[in-house]
Amino acid sequence: MAEAVTTAETTEEVHTHHGEPDFWSKYIFSTDHKMIAMQYMFTGMIMALIGGYMAYVFRMQLAYPGESVPGFGTVTPLAYNSLITNHGAIMIFWVAMPILIAALGNFLIPLMIGCDDMAFPRVNRLSYQIFLLSVVVLLASFFVPGGGFGGAWTAYPPLSAQSQYNLTPFGAPLWLLAVALEFVAFLLGGINFITTTMNARAKGMKMYDIPIVVWMIVIASILFMASVGPLIAGAVMLLFDQVLGTTFYNPDAGGDPVLWQHLFWFFGHPEVYVVLLPAMGVVAEVITVFARKKLFAYKTILYTTFATGILSFFVWAHHQFIAGIDPRMAHVFTVTTVLISIPIAEMLFCYIATLYGGSIRLTTAMLFALAFLAEFLIGGVTGIYLGSSGTDIYFHDTYFVLAHFHYTFFPIAIIGFFTAIYYWFPKMFGRMMNETLGKIHFWGTIICFNGVFLPLFVLGIGGQHRRIYNFKNFPDLATPDMHNLRIFATWSAVVMLLFQIPFLINFVMSLFRGKKAGMNPWKANTLEWTAPSPPPHGNFKEMPVVYRGPYEYSVPGREEDYWPQNVPN
Amino acid sequence: MSFQAPIATSRSATGIPTGRLAVWWVVVSEIVIFGGLIACYIMFRLRHPEWGEYASHTSTPAGALNTFVLLTSSLAIVLAHQAAEARDLTKAFRYIWCTIGGGGVFLLVKSYEWTTEISHGYTLFANNFWSFYYTATGLHGLHVIAGMVIMGIISIGVRKGEHLPRVEYIGIYWHFVDIVWLFLFPLFYIAK
Amino acid sequence: MSEESAHTHPNYIKIWAILTFLLVLSILGPMMGIKAVTLIAAFGIAVVKAAMVGAYFMHLNIEKRYVWYMLFTALLFLGLFFFGVSPDVMKPDGSNWVNHNNMPVSTLEGHGVGHTN
Repeated sequence: MAEAVTTAETTEEVHTHHGEPDFWSKYIFSTDHKMIAMQYMFTGMIMALIGGYMAYVFRMQLAYPGESVPGFGTVTPLAYNSLITNHGAIMIFWVAMPILIAALGNFLIPLMIGCDDMAFPRVNRLSYQIFLLSVVVLLASFFVPGGGFGGAWTAYPPLSAQSQYNLTPFGAPLWLLAVALEFVAFLLGGINFITTTMNARAKGMKMYDIPIVVWMIVIASILFMASVGPLIAGAVMLLFDQVLGTTFYNPDAGGDPVLWQHLFWFFGHPEVYVVLLPAMGVVAEVITVFARKKLFAYKTILYTTFATGILSFFVWAHHQFIAGIDPRMAHVFTVTTVLISIPIAEMLFCYIATLYGGSIRLTTAMLFALAFLAEFLIGGVTGIYLGSSGTDIYFHDTYFVLAHFHYTFFPIAIIGFFTAIYYWFPKMFGRMMNETLGKIHFWGTIICFNGVFLPLFVLGIGGQHRRIYNFKNFPDLATPDMHNLRIFATWSAVVMLLFQIPFLINFVMSLFRGKKAGMNPWKANTLEWTAPSPPPHGNFKEMPVVYRGPYEYSVPGREEDYWPQNVPN
Repeated sequence: MSFQAPIATSRSATGIPTGRLAVWWVVVSEIVIFGGLIACYIMFRLRHPEWGEYASHTSTPAGALNTFVLLTSSLAIVLAHQAAEARDLTKAFRYIWCTIGGGGVFLLVKSYEWTTEISHGYTLFANNFWSFYYTATGLHGLHVIAGMVIMGIISIGVRKGEHLPRVEYIGIYWHFVDIVWLFLFPLFYIAK
Repeated sequence: MSEESAHTHPNYIKIWAILTFLLVLSILGPMMGIKAVTLIAAFGIAVVKAAMVGAYFMHLNIEKRYVWYMLFTALLFLGLFFFGVSPDVMKPDGSNWVNHNNMPVSTLEGHGVGHTN
């Protein structure tokens, strides 16, 4: 192994003789990992706007049922189904996945492990192109006869399999096709991430010198790869059921609808951790930099990440406690589900211990990182009620579940993304973001977020079911108290969406007018900060060599309170 | 557009060439795809003992011939890898095309089988056994076709003496496709 | 890179001959009509053949150990999937309840259930 490394390293030289490429090869068909990361990020942001718009429309329908929604019109029941289905699918598959795994993975992995690009740049480009195709197919599915798929993002058959039930004969197969294409794109991307991190690390970078965020993106990619296979096979079977009329999931003809639920959640639960881990990694990076303190228990965090990854495969059936699964299995899955809170809690404790005694700087990125810890904690704690099969019988399919997973997914996808963007923006675009606008954005988003989903916990405990078009039709649920909570949640959501305007202004203004950032504005240790901002094609002037771990902050006896990984002494 | 491989591609911190490592990860992801489908089939099969009777309508001789063809083509691609390492380009090229030919024979036998079965009324919709049969063998057949196309592309490079390690990488993939068939054969043909 | 990974090659034709012999065995075994023999001949031999192809043709016998771990982990997750799902798919009836979805329509009427959905 040692010979292989030296022979590979001695032949390395940095290619900087590229001429100025034209627009198409620079922005559209680029193989550069940073450009592909930007493509993923901007696609994800556009999809987030679409998903947010959908949330606005159906929240308005729930608060003011039957009234015309400004900017959409009257929401029909079919449109309502389609909106909630695609809101869920978009936010998870086309926002959380591309931004947290693909954009951050593409941008950070080569920079943080000190190499010039991904191991397979053209596979990387292909991965984005397939992803873009999946976006096009998904968006097209809204405009076919019957409208977009309306069978909920979990696509349980027979509702999803037979068009006489879901009433979307074209939307359903297109939706499934889009999801399958998206899986293929992330499989290709994941293989790239894993092999690059395994093989292309900078000279001297050992296993425990890899930054936590890279570890977490790689572990997340492995989880994705190991869990998505059965669902790809299952999606082919479902597509055959929809289009060709086979009966894999049709109980009348000997099929089994519960099989789909298993296939879906065998992927779907690890998927939660696939998006959670990169966000946790981002938070780890940000809190060490802004607490100016060594990350507490690097190896423990790493091992608990492995434990989380493995345990995440043992919990999937807690989504199916009332689907008629074997009650003995329900016991097993209750125990494993409650067990998985241990490694996650341990990680959160390690993060809090990192803060203890640090000299904390409350930049916007740090505020978002701290908010992640607080909000995700609420999501995690409420999950315990749902993981126990006894209480889940009552809570299943209510707004309690909905509020719970929004308290996990919102911190992951939205707060995690904002943490990353406020922290790495100087590296991505070479300019600083405005901190004042950032703080307005932060407080507006966080306060309104709690305003949306805390009332929904209460509504869920009150028995309000998910996926219902108009609660006025249910006397128990149409009481003025409950309805006022609904209106409050809706207006909180609208205000939260409005508070994204300062962010967009900040983003665009900083892109062109922001203060120039130096190479290392945050005085951080990891390798990406030793490259110019923004890094050119090929990233580093000379390939860095690594001498120590990524979190050597405030080391006693050193003049500066940071110690970059590539500085010999 | 000229493409220059980055330094990252040539590094090998693990001691395994990056291309081969990537192929192993492809195999891992394929194991779970095929494995998921086969696992579903096995569950249904054990639940419905009557499927043993349906399985007797598949043609064991054709399946056996196909197993033999795939095993032989696996032999050919590994010999191509050996020849490529010895830089015997003509021989490597010839063995690659033997493998592609093997894949072609496999597909021919397969299409004969499908035609016979469909003409006997055992279509995709006959019952869930046949649905699984066509889905699994069809997915496998797609992998055979993909492997043949990739090998055709690689053979062009081999004749020029470029990218010789790719012969080994496609070989690993082809052996994997072979192994999948080794399990599909008893599942759909022999076990009754 | 090919020079670096060069290694001695076993006699591939001999391995191929053994594989073919095993294939013949796996076809002849089930012809005896004994269930245990069928299962061993069909699946036991398939595992042996797969192991041989993996070890000698894919060179897993001389590959780095952790490739083997990667593949084995994928198989373990599949096993987990099978054992988690099979109780529901293979045995849909509980001991204290009747699963109407899993019954032919004729018997359902005896249970007083009009439709199967």
